[in-house]
Amino acid sequence: MKKSRRSFLKAAGVSAVAIGAAPAIKAVAVASGGAATNASAAVKSRKTEALSAHRWGMVIDTSKITEEVAEAVVEACRKAHNIPDFNHEPDQEKYPDTRPVDHKQEIKWIWEEHYQHAFPEMEDEFLAEKFRQLPFLVTCNHCKNAPCVQACPTKATFKREDGIVLMDFHRCIGCRFCMAACPFGSRSFNFRDPRPFISEFNPDFPTRSKGVVEKCNLCAERLAKGLQPACVEASEGAIVVGDLEDPESEVRALLNENYAIRRKQELGTEPSVYYVM
Amino acid sequence: MSKNAIIAGLVVFVAAALFPFWFNIGGTNAAPEIELSEKAKAAKQCVLDKYDMRANHMSLLDEWRDSVVRDADRMYKSTNGKDFGMSLSTGENSCLGCHTDKAKFCDRCHTYASVTPYCWECHTDPKEVTQ
Repeated sequence: MKKSRRSFLKAAGVSAVAIGAAPAIKAVAVASGGAATNASAAVKSRKTEALSAHRWGMVIDTSKITEEVAEAVVEACRKAHNIPDFNHEPDQEKYPDTRPVDHKQEIKWIWEEHYQHAFPEMEDEFLAEKFRQLPFLVTCNHCKNAPCVQACPTKATFKREDGIVLMDFHRCIGCRFCMAACPFGSRSFNFRDPRPFISEFNPDFPTRSKGVVEKCNLCAERLAKGLQPACVEASEGAIVVGDLEDPESEVRALLNENYAIRRKQELGTEPSVYYVM
Repeated sequence: MSKNAIIAGLVVFVAAALFPFWFNIGGTNAAPEIELSEKAKAAKQCVLDKYDMRANHMSLLDEWRDSVVRDADRMYKSTNGKDFGMSLSTGENSCLGCHTDKAKFCDRCHTYASVTPYCWECHTDPKEVTQ
């Protein structure tokens, strides 16, 4: 069969147009078909009982924090989040060859501090003696302008929409920039596998692994179930957690009625934890 | 002379190259049987269908993790209409809530496939930690 140059060029031209148009047609088909499949797509949602806020905040009534309450709060947090206790003697059978502990490497989410360490800039030579004796509970301040969030190179630490400064432990590479950035020392690094030092596992929360940083998560996992944070439950009313941006909330009522201070306010990180004096 | 040497060399080469195949012939390397728990058998359906789960459970877990940690969404209504808690090991409708025996379900296959996911460095098997 003999083909003229003209008919060959025609056929070639039509084929070229057809090949060029194929992806565009496919894209249109996917776009119109996609809408139909979306209707039956999986749906992710929150539990109806989940607690929510525009910006979570905490108010600690220092007059109600006694030594016993403070200890109960720290212990409740430790249990809820599988925080290792380096004073716990590891089970030799399960964890043989556990090297001796260095207590400087302790893991802290919420802990007791003296006034002059919690509020160093307000230290005063004539400060009332009772303030020097009181245990102050300090934790992550879930700052509005959190420096740790800015420092994290992997976005493992991030600020959730509701104001909680949260960590995605899966993404933490253990660089500890966040620990250098945090002016409150609220973050701890796992220098070792924490599991041998957990006396009682809470199956509802994971442990951490060696090489990640951890800190208070304001019990995000409990808020999602409609429960108050563990520290609030253990505090006998001394700690209240609520929505700072809701004028009707309990935390705002407390802040209206009382004089409250925040830690290292002059740094401009806007902490969300208030101390009623 | 050189012809024989070449053929002998080729035979050795082919035998060496096919070593993994003939070495495993008749061996005990059959794929492991996954044992479903009673609960999983009764439920019949997982989040996705069987073959999709087998191939893509890791991507699903990855998606779940981002959703739970970043967006605080913890409930999942799958395309087959069933509800799940987006959690590996906590709660009745989590992965381990239904596939109750980690050793016979997760580990058996992972060991066979020689993959060592680090999920369990942090996540705990509720059966293991509460005993």
